[in-house]
Parts: sequence; structure tokens; C-alpha cells
Amino acid sequence: MTAAKEINLTLKVWRQNGPDDPGGFEVYRAEKISTDMSFLEMIDVVNETLTLNGKEPIAFDHDCREGICGMCGAVVNGRAHGPEKGTTLCQLHMRHFSDEDTIVIEPWRAKPFEIIKDLVVDRSSFDIIVQAGGFISVNVGGAQDANNIPIPQDVVEKAMDAAACIGCGACVAACPNASAMLFVSAKISQLALLPQGKPEAARRASAMIKTMDELGFGNCGNEAECQEECPKEISITNIARLNREFIKASFFSSVK
Amino acid sequence: MTWITSTLGSSVGKKLMMALTGLSFCCFLIVHLAGNLSLYGGQDFFNAYVDHLHSLGVLITFAEWGLLILALIHILTGVTLFFGNLKSRPNRYAVNKSAGGRTLGSMTMPYTGLFLLAFIIFHLFDFHFTDHTTRTVFQIVSESFSKPGYVVFYVLAVIIAAIHVSHGFWSAFQTLGLDHVKYTPLIKGVSLVFSWVLALGFGLIPIFVSIST
Repeated sequence: MTAAKEINLTLKVWRQNGPDDPGGFEVYRAEKISTDMSFLEMIDVVNETLTLNGKEPIAFDHDCREGICGMCGAVVNGRAHGPEKGTTLCQLHMRHFSDEDTIVIEPWRAKPFEIIKDLVVDRSSFDIIVQAGGFISVNVGGAQDANNIPIPQDVVEKAMDAAACIGCGACVAACPNASAMLFVSAKISQLALLPQGKPEAARRASAMIKTMDELGFGNCGNEAECQEECPKEISITNIARLNREFIKASFFSSVK
Repeated sequence: MTWITSTLGSSVGKKLMMALTGLSFCCFLIVHLAGNLSLYGGQDFFNAYVDHLHSLGVLITFAEWGLLILALIHILTGVTLFFGNLKSRPNRYAVNKSAGGRTLGSMTMPYTGLFLLAFIIFHLFDFHFTDHTTRTVFQIVSESFSKPGYVVFYVLAVIIAAIHVSHGFWSAFQTLGLDHVKYTPLIKGVSLVFSWVLALGFGLIPIFVSIST
């Protein structure tokens, strides 16, 4: 490991007081930033200076800061969660930037993701989509014996890969059409692949896609930007599965 | 009938219509290219092909109306999707950067599509809705391609069509859910090869005709 270096940066940050404020960019200096810091820690440092100078700190979402909760996220120089592959913003480290870089920081931009303040967006539309069908109905009773339902390991792995989605919204942010298809396809796939998800598969696909459309997300253009930006590297093969589930539900099931 | 309208009206339903009509056009392009390659056989060979084609009579009329309906579905759905997508991101990003997923074909789909619509209208008025009583089709074609501007425009249009198809072909399979760990790489490969075949197959014809006549 090389010793920690310090870099100085210019930040162009999107500031917006509330949903109805037009908002705009403000320029800040980030001085003496250790390259071992995470991107969020770098903003923390800038916020301390802003607070000391009596200014409003930059509002941004965060929680676990270890890349698993899905709370953080911003578009950094045009890339959701920054330029590194398979990372959330909190896991992006300042060693990937050079001294005197200018970094443009913007919130996720999509009509269903209303900006609450600065870089904080309202992602409750994702919850509404899950509430529409992203669940299984299990009758309570005596617990089943383990291994009662045999599931091939490769199917389990595929379901787990889809279930890795943390709902951060980077797929929507990165999609040129602001489509939520990668998120919805992951939520549909994790259940559609397993026997427990089969009974409600048709109703689930139909309801979740309908809700996604009603919330105002865009249409998938198969550009694959989402899978490139997804911090959990979820594949667009799930979108193909969503399409199959939709075709099955629409044309071959009794769900209307 | 409500389930049909709600299915086709949904985002995935619209994409299904784009995929099915788009793949139909790919089939049409294969037939169109196969026929056009007869131009390499010279005037008599090409005119014989044209006579054979026209002798199909009512079948041709049927195919023409079919293509027109497919085109209307493809265009109207495409325009709806384009404006729907614009509405989904009313505030654009200040900095746009690809993560590596987009291709030349995928990022230009609406624009290449719009250009192709203009080209097809021009192409139909150039060769189809023109005076066929005094001239053979070969004469019409060689007259058009005797003008260097026409040759350049047609070659350009064919390249743009190939770019459109390079994304459209594999994208249609993805939309139809025809994705498989064994076949998807093949489909993507075929998509590229197919667009190169279209670009070279159609693109060399105007150049050949302008040189040989």
C-alpha cells in the first residue's frame, strides 16, 4: 500500500431546496482530501467547512456506508455511483480521482424520483412497485421439513443473483430512458425462478409492470447501461425473463 | 377486449409490437436484398426478376398493404415510446457519460428510424410511384444512379439502415424474452453480421450500377 495522498478538488454540486425549487449548480473547493476517503467522507469534509461558514450543508442519502443498504447514490461526472464498476457511491474511493479534478455531482434524475433536497431523491415508487406484487403469500402452519422442495443449485444461484438488488435506483438513473426495468425484473426474477413464487407469477408480473408504467418510468430500450452501472452487477438477462413472464401472464394465463 | 389493449398499451406490450414489426422488416429486407442482387446479373436478368415479381399480382398488393400496416404500427409505437421516454426524465443531466452498455446503434435508434422513414418515402417515389409505362425498372434504376448525389444518398441511407438493424435485431429477441446463455451471444453476432450483409449487399448496388452503366 502506498501512503495516503492528499488531493484538492473542485466540486460542481446540484443544490435544490425542495421539490418545487428550480435548483442549480454551486461550485465548492474540497481541500486536502485523503485518497483513502470514500466519496461520501469527502462530502462530509466539504459539509463541515460549509457548516462552519454558516452555510447549508449538502444533503445526501446514506446509511450503512459499506455498499449493502442501497441508500446512497449520485451521478458523478455523468456516471451513476461514479466511474468504478460494481460499487455504490460509499464504496467509491477518492484514490480514483486525481489532484485538481473537477467533479460534477447530480442527483438521480427521473420523473418518478422527485428531488427532496440537493442529492436526496424520493424512491418510494420502488416500494409501491414491490407492494403491487413483489411478495409471496405463505399460509402459516407447521414448518416444512428442510429439502422438501428440491431446487437445482444453479437456479438458486440465479434467484440469489437477482435478489442481490439493493433498490438503490442506479439502473433508473443510468438508463437513457429512465426505465426501471432492471429493478422490476430483479424483483420479479427472484420469485419467478423459485417454486414458492410460481403460484402468483402471472398476477405478480402483470401487477408490477402495470404499476411501473403508472408511476411514469420510461421504456426499456435494451441499451444495457443499467447492468453496467448496477452496484450488484445484476444482468439484463433478468429483463428478458421479465418479458417472458409478461408474455406468459398476458397471453397464456387467466389474469386480466 | 380490454386485456388486449392493456397488454399492448403497456411499456412491455409496446416493445413487443416494435420487436415483432421490426423482425418482420428484417425478413422483408432479406427478400428485398435477394431480389436486388439480380441487378448484378445485368439488365435482362434484373428485368426478368421484376416481371416474375409483378406476375404474382394480388399477392404483391397483399404484401404491400401488409408492409404499410406494419410500418404504421412500428412508426406510431416508436414515436409514442420516444416521447414517453422524454417525459420520464423532464430534467436532463448536465453531464452524460456511457458506462459502456450503449452502442452506436442503440443510442441512435429514434434518429436513424426517423431518417429511414424519410428515406423510404423518397425511395418509393423514386422507384415505385413513378412512370412505369415508358421505362423498364432497370432504366429507372440506372437513371437514378447515374446521378452521383443519388448514389451517395442511397449508400448513406443503407449504412444508417444497417446501424438501425445492428441494435434492432438482437434487441427484438431480448424483448421477446428469447434470451439464453447458449444462444444470446450467437444472436448478437448474427445481428452484427446481418447488418454488415445489409450494408454491403444494398450499399454496393448503387455503386455497381453507376459504374456499369
